[in-house]
Amino acid sequence: MEKGEVFGFLGPNGAGKTTTVRMLCCLISKTSGTAKIGDYEIGNPEDALKIRKIIGLVPDSVGLYESLTAYENLDYYGTLYRRTEAERKESNEYFLKLLGLWDKKDALAGTFSKGMKQKLAIARALIHDPEVLFMDEPTANLDPEAAKAVREFILQLKKEKKTIFLNTHNLDEAQRICDRIAILNTKLMAVGTPQELERSVHGRKTVIQLRQVDEAILESLKKLHLQNLAREGNKLTVDIVNPEDENPDIVSAIDAAGGRIETVTVIGSSLEEAYLKLVKENKQ
Amino acid sequence: MTDWMPWKIARKELKVISRKKSIMFYTIALPFLLAALFSLVIRNQVASGIPSTPQLQLGTESIVYFFVVLASVLPSTIAGYSIVGEKIEKTLEPLLATPTTDGEILLGKSLAAFLPPMLSMWAGASTFMAVADYILRNAGLSYYYFPNWNAGVMLLILAPLAAVFSIEAGVLASSRVTDVRGANQIAGLMFVPFMAVFVAGLEGIIALSVSNLLIFAGGVAIFDVALYFVSKGTFRREEILTKWK
Repeated sequence: MEKGEVFGFLGPNGAGKTTTVRMLCCLISKTSGTAKIGDYEIGNPEDALKIRKIIGLVPDSVGLYESLTAYENLDYYGTLYRRTEAERKESNEYFLKLLGLWDKKDALAGTFSKGMKQKLAIARALIHDPEVLFMDEPTANLDPEAAKAVREFILQLKKEKKTIFLNTHNLDEAQRICDRIAILNTKLMAVGTPQELERSVHGRKTVIQLRQVDEAILESLKKLHLQNLAREGNKLTVDIVNPEDENPDIVSAIDAAGGRIETVTVIGSSLEEAYLKLVKENKQ
Repeated sequence: MTDWMPWKIARKELKVISRKKSIMFYTIALPFLLAALFSLVIRNQVASGIPSTPQLQLGTESIVYFFVVLASVLPSTIAGYSIVGEKIEKTLEPLLATPTTDGEILLGKSLAAFLPPMLSMWAGASTFMAVADYILRNAGLSYYYFPNWNAGVMLLILAPLAAVFSIEAGVLASSRVTDVRGANQIAGLMFVPFMAVFVAGLEGIIALSVSNLLIFAGGVAIFDVALYFVSKGTFRREEILTKWK
């Protein structure tokens, strides 16, 4: 992971996403391999405390003290991170206001809705300004409105260049939020930007609807050495790997041959298809 | 004190516990109920005059010793709740992700389990001793029976050691079971040796003298130290979330 990056971790149930996060947060021991957070090594007992100081965790279940108020919950965690009273006061107020919970600061966390609890859990993880924030399914079990609010807050953190490790089932969420995504199914299947992963399944096509297809246009396109060029009436279909690079050449070639383009559409693989293909491959 | 991490953890624990009405009622009410009950026993005993000194000693000191038994029972509720409760309420994971050490967590939780039961037990015992003195003086005893050295050793030395014994057993039990009740039941068994001494004292097998009480306190202190190392050794932070079933 790079500093300031939002890194998504996608995988089916039982893939090992939560286990990975727990391992990276020094909550469970690793069995093999190496990982580092900053300059500190996971599994080295001397580094464990230092790692805990620079990370924040939003676990899959919020884990708030329901008989404490929102303010008390944040304040307690501020003390555990050895923040001074003045620092705690400032950050408690900042995060509660930022997340729209200031009016509810004296209400018991147990009386909060799921969305409010999740917001408070995020604030708790950020209270010490961690270098890396781990979030385990932060929008799972939330209603669409609450999930949207949490997603928007993560996007806000992204704008602030927070380094975030995001475990999620939600492909749309991963695509919208993450700079890079890893697909995990007990072993790492693929890592890349959402666009790179989409391309990796080689299933994309460009469909060009022309007013009239003639031989000159087809000859012009053949010179581009396109894959699986097919014609169906006035519609041409061609396999492509990278539409951003290849489509301008196709359009230029048609235009040069005197063709009149009505529409250009990219169809084919999405992140969902890439994900399903990789997970299926792993099962086989 | 306020910057000491175990105290910060204990303060939060006390805040949470103070809002659990059943735990608070049990912790506060029991010593006072016993004080009231034992005061009635003393009043009935002196109804026909002041008993002989040996009888008086046996009666009143057994009663005060019962507060030691109480000190070995009361903290187990809070101690049992301390870690299993966090696991059940799923607050353990974020807590373990903070830069607090195992020792700070254990000590903080132990402090929270120690203070309310001890304060409540001391208040209950003091109430009993004051009422007993009043009854005995009114019945014709020429001096104040309490406080005395026996009661001092029992309440100020043996009772805290018994409470520590119960707490360590509670923390140890809560690391081995999944529900608070199970932890309480195991920790609750820790009153057995103290109860055995109570019965032996009542039957006249052991005299609850200062020297005998100090010997017993020394034995409990040794067990306290041993249990501390066992409970610290079993609190393996990186195994709690996966191996505590």
